[in-house]
Amino acid sequence: MKLIKLTPPLSDEIVRKLKAGDEVLISGIIYTGRDAAHKRLVELLDNDKPLPIDVKGQIIYYVGPTPERPGKPIGSAGPTTSYRMDPYAPRLIEIGLKGMIGKGERGNNVVEAMKKYAAVYFATIGGAAALIARRIVSSKIVAYEDLGAEAIRELEVKDFPAVVAQDSHGNNIYVTGKPKYKTA
Amino acid sequence: MREITGKQITDAIKKLVIEANYKLDDALIKKFKESIEKEKSETGKRILEQIIENAEIAKDGVYPLCQDTGASVIFAYVGEEIVFKENGNGESILVSAINKGVSESYVEGYLRKSIVRDPFDRVNTKNNTPAMIVTEIVTGDKMKLVYMTKGGGCENMSLLKVLAPAAGLEGVKQFVVDTVENAHANPCPPVFVGVGVGGDFEKCAYLAKKALMRGINEKNPNPFYAEMEEDLLERINKTGVGPQGFGGTITAIAVHVEAFPCHIASLPVAVNIDCHSHRHKEIIL
Repeated sequence: MKLIKLTPPLSDEIVRKLKAGDEVLISGIIYTGRDAAHKRLVELLDNDKPLPIDVKGQIIYYVGPTPERPGKPIGSAGPTTSYRMDPYAPRLIEIGLKGMIGKGERGNNVVEAMKKYAAVYFATIGGAAALIARRIVSSKIVAYEDLGAEAIRELEVKDFPAVVAQDSHGNNIYVTGKPKYKTA
Repeated sequence: MREITGKQITDAIKKLVIEANYKLDDALIKKFKESIEKEKSETGKRILEQIIENAEIAKDGVYPLCQDTGASVIFAYVGEEIVFKENGNGESILVSAINKGVSESYVEGYLRKSIVRDPFDRVNTKNNTPAMIVTEIVTGDKMKLVYMTKGGGCENMSLLKVLAPAAGLEGVKQFVVDTVENAHANPCPPVFVGVGVGGDFEKCAYLAKKALMRGINEKNPNPFYAEMEEDLLERINKTGVGPQGFGGTITAIAVHVEAFPCHIASLPVAVNIDCHSHRHKEIIL
């Protein structure tokens, strides 16, 4: 299978070309954020306050890494389950977020926002956290340091492996994959 | 009577925590290798290979197997001839010694701290304590400590239901298969499935976790339940969920069932799911 190379910021045109099942390698800058950080970002939007990061064209990776050892940019860094961010994700997509990386299926509210505003959802291998950590070149906390593992980080990644799980046209590998192998 | 000190317990827990988080059991890696042969999806095979590669990287002791280094679950099987030697801080020696071991190993071992002090204010305790401790009194003068690092994603997909006795064996099996199928990609398949049947509400949940604590190649000694385990594994692997939920024939690696007597009106069943990073170790003091 051909691997598609991606570097954020992602344009609408690039996002629309990605199809569920495509395997990609992402290089460049991505941001981390999970439950508590998403809650805070949406609270800021609710109060018309500026966000600590500009999400336009960017990718957010749902991860709470282990602490880095001295000399290493980050600790183990596999994806967390994405549905917990479903209540918040459409608000970020509305203001220009183009990609999300996590694991597991997204809800209809996220899918509708992805279709309407051109965004894509990638899955990476849950539990392959040591393998993924080696694709992260550098890391710095850019917001919410008090949240510890849940702080927002800016990561520089090189050939970060992911699969397009749900695309901007409503296709979903979690729906199409299972019936091919279901025998009962 | 035999004395065990708090320090002995703390040292043992520290060793178990570090080993569990960095070194996947060889028996488990062997299971993953065998499952590559059985997996029909090419993507599924690739994921299984990456799970093995991940374990290879982690065993060097720099990167833990998974970033979710879990809640620390400890089953302590305490021989009734043991006396815990006073360590003078006013807390239960066993509980405080275990928590000390967890706290020190999570801080020193570069493991993620994933416990909040209250379900609603959600302030991190910053040392992964308190551990989830279950004690059982057994005969003899030894203590067995079984440690498990339990991830949040898979624990979130676990379920308990008290069925009516009329539901029978088929009702219980269907509940187990449905629970794993509906969990789909969320608990990081291929999963390990612990099933508790019988007891009352909390006993049933306890049995499900105890089932997960069993050695990977150990079947239930009762042939009826051993057959139930095999049948459940086969049915779960026919759901098509596959590695990471992308579709495939390996959805679970093993199913373990633990049973206990129950009330005439009840048929409780609990399903505790563990992710492919099935991290548990034990030691006897």
